[in-house]
Amino acid sequence: MLKCQGLTQTYVSGGRNLTVLNNITFTLERGGFLAIVGPSGSGKTTLLGLLAGLDRPSSGTIELDGHDLGGMTEDERAILRSQKVGFVFQSFHLIPTLTARENVQVPLELRDEPAEERAQDLLSRVGLGDRGHHYPAQLSGGEQQRVALARAFASRPQVLFADEPTGNLDAKNGSSIIELMMGLNRELGTTLIMVTHDRELASKAHRMIRLADGNVVEDVTIP
Amino acid sequence: MNLKFVFKLAWRETRASRRRLSLLVGSVAAGVAALVAINGFTDNLRTSVSSQAKALLGADVAISGRKAFPDQIERLVDTLIKGDSATGTRGAAARVTSFAGMAYVARTSGVRLVQVRALEPGYPYYGDIITSPAGRWGSVAMGGRAVVDPSLLTALKAEIGDTLSLGQGRFVIDATVSNIPGDVGVATSIGPRVFIAASDLPATNLLQFGSRAEYELFVKLPDPSKAQTIADQRRVPLREIRYRIRTVEDDRENLTDSLTRLGNYLGLVALVALLLGGLGVASATHLFIRKKLDTIAVLRCLGATSGQVFLAYLVQALAMGALGSLVGAALGVGIQQVLPFLVKDFLPVDVKVAMAPQPLIVGIGLGLWVALVFALLPLLGVRRVSPLVTLRSAYEAAPGRADPLAWAAFGLLALSVVGLSAVQVQNLRDGAIFAGGVGVVVLVLWLASLGLIGALRRWFPRRLPYLYRQGLANLYRPSNQTGTVVLALGFGAFLLATLFLVQHNLLREFRVGGATSASGRPNLMFFDIQRDQAAGVDSVLTAAGHPGSAPVPIVPMRVASLKGVPVVQDSVPRDTTEAEEEAPRQRRPGGWAVRREYRSTYRDSITDSEKLVAGTWWSGPRGDGPARISVDADLARDLGVTVGDEIVWDVQGVQVPSKVVNLREIDWGRFQTNFFIVFESGVLEQAPQMLVTLTRVDSAAVRGQIQRQIAEKFPNVAAIDLSQVQEAIEGVLAKAALAVRFLALFSLAAGTIVLIGAVTTARLQRLREGVLLKTLGATRRQVLRILVAEYVALGLLAATVAIVLSAAAGWALAKWVFEARYDLPLGSLTGLTALLVLLTLLVGLWSSAEVLKRPPLAVLRSDT
Repeated sequence: MLKCQGLTQTYVSGGRNLTVLNNITFTLERGGFLAIVGPSGSGKTTLLGLLAGLDRPSSGTIELDGHDLGGMTEDERAILRSQKVGFVFQSFHLIPTLTARENVQVPLELRDEPAEERAQDLLSRVGLGDRGHHYPAQLSGGEQQRVALARAFASRPQVLFADEPTGNLDAKNGSSIIELMMGLNRELGTTLIMVTHDRELASKAHRMIRLADGNVVEDVTIP
Repeated sequence: MNLKFVFKLAWRETRASRRRLSLLVGSVAAGVAALVAINGFTDNLRTSVSSQAKALLGADVAISGRKAFPDQIERLVDTLIKGDSATGTRGAAARVTSFAGMAYVARTSGVRLVQVRALEPGYPYYGDIITSPAGRWGSVAMGGRAVVDPSLLTALKAEIGDTLSLGQGRFVIDATVSNIPGDVGVATSIGPRVFIAASDLPATNLLQFGSRAEYELFVKLPDPSKAQTIADQRRVPLREIRYRIRTVEDDRENLTDSLTRLGNYLGLVALVALLLGGLGVASATHLFIRKKLDTIAVLRCLGATSGQVFLAYLVQALAMGALGSLVGAALGVGIQQVLPFLVKDFLPVDVKVAMAPQPLIVGIGLGLWVALVFALLPLLGVRRVSPLVTLRSAYEAAPGRADPLAWAAFGLLALSVVGLSAVQVQNLRDGAIFAGGVGVVVLVLWLASLGLIGALRRWFPRRLPYLYRQGLANLYRPSNQTGTVVLALGFGAFLLATLFLVQHNLLREFRVGGATSASGRPNLMFFDIQRDQAAGVDSVLTAAGHPGSAPVPIVPMRVASLKGVPVVQDSVPRDTTEAEEEAPRQRRPGGWAVRREYRSTYRDSITDSEKLVAGTWWSGPRGDGPARISVDADLARDLGVTVGDEIVWDVQGVQVPSKVVNLREIDWGRFQTNFFIVFESGVLEQAPQMLVTLTRVDSAAVRGQIQRQIAEKFPNVAAIDLSQVQEAIEGVLAKAALAVRFLALFSLAAGTIVLIGAVTTARLQRLREGVLLKTLGATRRQVLRILVAEYVALGLLAATVAIVLSAAAGWALAKWVFEARYDLPLGSLTGLTALLVLLTLLVGLWSSAEVLKRPPLAVLRSDT
């Protein structure tokens, strides 16, 4: 499903080369659940961005469901994302001018698919069936993240990227989000890739990669 | 590409920033309103001229000249009106003699210089002259009665029924004229008209030797459709004997041309409003996009292509532009109804307001185009928003290569400004000059704001109290509003100040001063004095305690030969084709200067309004050679002569050789007797001539009294009361200024909208800062002082730069366009600056009112 080979990312900062990721190589099977952990500044988020095709690596290759991201333009990657990828962010990133339901509809509308019924259905699945007409500002943090989750699954993605999905939530809301994510993972066979520094959360994944200073220091399969 | 998504997104995104989007709509609306109003009005004007053209001339053909009509022309007219024996229709002709004369009413002791028009029955053949009381126009022909302009009654404090004296003639004022086709209101306020019957003319005894009159013959043809052919055939032979022939069509073309040009240039003011609106669109879009960075990044993450996002916001900007254009067009149609009232005194036709589709379509089209072109540049940035922003809010894209599309958009913008200006004035060169001027002003304002930011950073006034430092620091901190505010406010201010300066300097030229002025300049002028009347006029003046200046002689003459080459005054051969006939002035350099009549004088000294620029003034007794003359420097250039050249003059049939011995520059702006040609004395004394004398009388009552005495004793002598003329001119200019200022208001409106937009931009940040400061314990007063410091500094910078720029522009206009001397009214300009600063402060505080009102908590909560 996801293959990366010799992934290296360097930035020029203050006239010096700064290596954020150093020669990362791994493969992830379809339906897998990977947690990327590590302290702040270890390169977790950079790795997630590269894997999702939001940025280009300095060197190395990424293959997403058989597509070589390196050979694609920004817009080709965007179209690939609309077909295969879902996102959940730490700060939710709902579009403030759209209602909850409209937010969920966006990925479907991008692909010109019938959207309203499915969006309503997804919102019911995350327990917000009656809140579809509310704007993000009218929802609590936990509710917003559940809308984000419904949006992420709207286009039946093959891969879901989650960046600290519980980082801005309290424990109760956080665990209910994780439950939802894992349920959808099981049900739809979606591959999950999650960045977190919450050990307990990471322990729920099938596999954990630990980063430190841009290097993989641990790669374990969790039974 | 999925266009459905694009339109959906465009629509849903209007929910955000309604305030900002309404600014965008407002910006476009103000400009389009001005454009539609002015272009619609110009269109109405053209239509009205076309439909009223016949009445403007009052006849099919008119022949005019400076001398009584010779037999040759009388015979011509006889043939013209004889008509077709087959149809039996006959034409008609009416002679109208016009000249300046003094009118007075004994009952009120009122006296005034008037334009006398002595007419034969029948005139006008087309169009109706409306009198008050109605239907009295015909009474003129009955003799002994006069119909006058209403302004004369006011000037003389007279009423209908009073007896009016014109020379030795006495007339009962029978009616006033309410409307004459082709009337330009302001013209009659300077010289009111008195209409009398031609048969009464000899009784006035006013047309004596040397008096200047205009003779016109209005002809109604048996077959009006032949008018143009007849005029074209007779034009050349008539010009050879110094008469002019014109038709309805000639008049219509001239009028349409000049009115269209006038409309086009007025339209430039509207265009400025539209361009300011464009600036508003650009800044609103820029800010809108900046606020939307997160949304754009999320959309990119979810798989929207950069093209889709770009298109969605472009569609939105266009929709707002369309809405603004429609609102503007509706407003413009409303304003179009008002414009005729503002300018009716300047127009020879009654403007019928009608909605023409073309100005509407053009206005809406231009509004859309401006919205598109100005939104394009900031919108292109959308394409470069990285989806990575979702992961790192502080993410900033590495400074990329220059965007070629941005350059293209910029080029399109510049081309549009030049193109729009050129289309508006229908002239590529003027359009380019105008666009260049706009560009320079924008550039200077922009540089000034950059300069301020830089200077503040470098030499920050650290000693100021904290609150003021905080306010000033707002001017250069990230996402400051300095550039936009300075541009928006500066441009509007520049325009207003320039209009004001031009008006001030034009008016100043005419200011000779009435009783209030301490200057001793003459304000009463008597002309058409015959030589044997000079002593008598002077004794009247001396007896009244206001001795006149030494009478200045005026001798009419024409050029007979130039540098030994005879000037064939009528060198146009009879078979000249129409095309060549059209442009005689261009074909022969200095044509007009050679052919015109000169009114010259003779004296042996130079006056204080003249400056010698070449050669020397003559001295010593007159020799045997040609007469020594002094020539106006500009005229010498037109004639192609310089010091040492010989000119032979034709003085009423007598050839007088002369030699140019010096050139003068003349200040024509003063009310004084100035002459292109000055002869040495001892040459022209015996030639037919009139005299002019000037005096200064401070009291208006005494001025009237003296004029009356002179008018009674010497009926042919005309007087000009310069104070009256000045008043009339000031009235005219004030009306013109009102019309122009009304249009400038649109620019100010557009500028204010842009200003509000710019201020709104920074509003959120101010809100956050203000609330934070309040949380930290700042009082509302203190927050207010910070805002005041910021906006006063901004307003001061924008206004100062704008006024310095307008001072330069005003100077350039005075020097090259109006050829007037230049004066800077510092007091008024300071007042204007203060006003602009106040405006900035008010707009700033008004849009920041929330900062002061909102409790800290509400803002902090909505922050997350």
